[in-house]
Amino acid sequence: MSQIHVSTTINGDQTEYLCEAEETLLDVLRDRLGMTGTKEGCGTGDCGACSVTLDGRLVCSCLVLGAEAEGRSVGTIEGVADGDKLHPLQKKFLEHAALQCGVCTPGFLVAAKALLEQNNDPSEEEVRYWLAGNLCRCTGYDKIIRAVLDTAQEMRSA
Amino acid sequence: MPLDQQSDIKGFRVVGQRPLRPDGIDKVTGRARFGADMTAPGMLIGRVLRSPHAHARIRSIDASKASALPGVKAIVTRDDFGQVDDDMVDILVNCMAHDKALYDGHAVAAVAATSASVARKALKLIEVDYEVLAHVTDVDAAMTADAAVLHEDAADESVPAGMSKNVVRRHEFGHGDPETGFAAADHVIAQSFKTEAAHQGYIEPHACLASMGPDGQADLWVCTQGHYMVRNTCAALLGMDASQLRVTASEIGGGFGGKTTVFIEPVALALSRKAGRPVKMTMSREEVFRASGPTSSSSIDVKIGMTKEGRITGAEATLRYQGGAFVGSPVEFGAMSAFAAYDLEHVKTVGWDIVVNRPKQAAYRAPGAPMAAFAVESVVDELCKHFDLDPLEVRLKNASTEGSKAVYGPTFGRIGLSATLNAAKSHPHYTAPLGPNQGRGVACGFWFNFGGETCVSLNINVDGTVGLSVGTPDIGGSRASMCQMAAEELGIPYEKVRTIIADTASLGYNDVTDGSRVTFASGLATIQAARDAIEKLCSRAAQMWGIDEEAVVWEEGYAKPAGDNAGKFEPLSLADIAAVAANTGGPIAGHTEVNADGAGQSFATHLVDSEVDPETGRVKILRYTVFQDAGKAVHPSYVEGQFQGGAVQGIGWALNEEYIYGEDGRLQNAGFLDYRIPVASDLPMIDTVIVEVPNPGHPYGVRGVGETSIVPPLAAIANSVSAAAGVRLTHLPMSPPRIQKAVKEAN
Repeated sequence: MSQIHVSTTINGDQTEYLCEAEETLLDVLRDRLGMTGTKEGCGTGDCGACSVTLDGRLVCSCLVLGAEAEGRSVGTIEGVADGDKLHPLQKKFLEHAALQCGVCTPGFLVAAKALLEQNNDPSEEEVRYWLAGNLCRCTGYDKIIRAVLDTAQEMRSA
Repeated sequence: MPLDQQSDIKGFRVVGQRPLRPDGIDKVTGRARFGADMTAPGMLIGRVLRSPHAHARIRSIDASKASALPGVKAIVTRDDFGQVDDDMVDILVNCMAHDKALYDGHAVAAVAATSASVARKALKLIEVDYEVLAHVTDVDAAMTADAAVLHEDAADESVPAGMSKNVVRRHEFGHGDPETGFAAADHVIAQSFKTEAAHQGYIEPHACLASMGPDGQADLWVCTQGHYMVRNTCAALLGMDASQLRVTASEIGGGFGGKTTVFIEPVALALSRKAGRPVKMTMSREEVFRASGPTSSSSIDVKIGMTKEGRITGAEATLRYQGGAFVGSPVEFGAMSAFAAYDLEHVKTVGWDIVVNRPKQAAYRAPGAPMAAFAVESVVDELCKHFDLDPLEVRLKNASTEGSKAVYGPTFGRIGLSATLNAAKSHPHYTAPLGPNQGRGVACGFWFNFGGETCVSLNINVDGTVGLSVGTPDIGGSRASMCQMAAEELGIPYEKVRTIIADTASLGYNDVTDGSRVTFASGLATIQAARDAIEKLCSRAAQMWGIDEEAVVWEEGYAKPAGDNAGKFEPLSLADIAAVAANTGGPIAGHTEVNADGAGQSFATHLVDSEVDPETGRVKILRYTVFQDAGKAVHPSYVEGQFQGGAVQGIGWALNEEYIYGEDGRLQNAGFLDYRIPVASDLPMIDTVIVEVPNPGHPYGVRGVGETSIVPPLAAIANSVSAAAGVRLTHLPMSPPRIQKAVKEAN
């Protein structure tokens, strides 16, 4: 079986990999590059656990082929913190206890970061609709929504 | 634990605070390793072939073509598992079908190959010769005389002769005589209800990595609520000594009861044994829905009599739950818990356990209780409406309190039901105005709570820090509460304690993380282990001072000379004593091995406002408040989280979620698109009120909180929606078509 050679940028780093034609970006990240922070919850684009950004746009990496990342820029949970400096969203998720099991958390953080980058003052309803593609079964979303709203407020006043 | 062993700590220093969780950074940065995040050198990928039929005899399985495919390293079927003890047969047959496929999705064979794509191709080459049989998936239909029969001899002697062979157990509870009670009532209401099967819906699919060497020693990495259970079960299914299998619990991406048994784990071990290489297996989401355990669907009749003053005089319920294709639906818990919130003189419940062609049910958060509470609390609500009585007052009038005899036998000790009802009554939510097409619902819920076998080890490190090993997987922040309880007892800062979940080879047996038991039982064991360590620390201090160890007390993190020696020596901190431990007898550690009882029952009252769109039948949850007794909230944020999560799972079960089977017996909505769990835009904030009525069975008064929160919502939402729609809804989920139909029939 012949594999496809892909050159891409992941969290700012030049990266190259080989993948099969039908292989998803999610599988490439997890199985070929060892970046297991991005999670698979459904594989059908319904749960958002595999959220990443592709050229800044929020996508489900299970719905993107590994080959499609050629020449693009991919952002994953591993790139949300700046070295040992957490992103304000990460801090607020911890402060608000916005996670229980934590498996949906990477997807929520990537999605919420994408929201705040285009809207620094979202209403509760805007946050709820933006995050409607990310499933959480543990928290009932209450503390997640509060964490995102609190982050937005803090980032605005910073 | 007797009251005299309760803590004499007056004001808690760490318990009740909200410190950051110790596993937090890993979980917000993607570093935390869940079931599917582990790899091993030379690892193969395992995949399962599943039955496309709801019920079929397996005449033969021919895997020769699949075996010949390059990259296929092992194939296993029923023939690769030997004889097992009677109590393990159903678990094994559920993991790998034997003579029959019993439900759509039932495993019939598995492959290990060098890649996922080779494994997928191999599955298509396995030829299974099925003889398709008649099937049944509905609980009531399965009880009829002409229903397809799953097992010829699964029923025991509790089932009267002449019933369908799908009726496998009968359970009865109660006291007094309901007929006498009904005769004393001013009004009696009898109604029937149905609920559909809901899945636990954890976001992380089942995953494991098994590695067995030619010497028979094996390691298993797995997302589970109980790695000791996984070890014992897998060892039995594979004919291994428990000591030869070391199981490590990964971070777990939700469970809610659904990860309290095994599915792919024994299969992965069998594949690894056969291939001689590590095998990783993960379920797809479709497999999770088709082949792991949802909870039961149910059919319930309830009859309650009440005086015009609101006193319940008699109550009766008949509950029928299907448990999938095997014995063991949680109908017994349903029958035990149905009327637990009420202090009744005359009460009787009967539960029927039914088998159907569906996946084997698995525990789901307070298994069996939410459906029973839905039926009972709906009828109580109807009676309140009939007499125009306040639903909270009626519940307070009839509430179980200390000394009430529970329907399932015991007499309640100190419980917090009335406290939750009073908290609801005085909350502004209860009197807030409602608009048109809006309704308010109230309901109570109960769960037994559990203690169980628990073992912890607490090691004092030479630098004065503490390593705490527990054996209960942390599913929602329990490492934080363990650190808090250890720090509280030892008198050291929270940050000085690190808690880990030890593997099965490193710590003694622990029961599964279930029954809302971890903060209670592992917490109790942690406190006792800390006290054990303190005794040793005091003894070491006595050696250092050259005095009797009885003359040393432990106060706020320091050993202090007491009695005649009081004030004669400078107090020694934990760190002071640990630093010279080598000179005073070696390492210092505390241990506990306990089968904890005294878990302390848990009650909650939920208050919910909803609005029904009369045209479309769509329901919007407007406001939701949970009032629940936590005994003592160790980490209030995670207690609130349990309240909120349970309530929202209940909202899903009440409004959207259901297993939908076609005429062919196949599951039609095996994915998150069509099996719709609540999303953020469906919901309001979930308000919480933590009530604290201390549990006499725990040193700090802790009660488990994880499960009770899903018991009241089905009923509270049904009462709210019924008020808003102007008609009693008796079938969950209350999806728009069901609401439209009910409204139409009522008009």
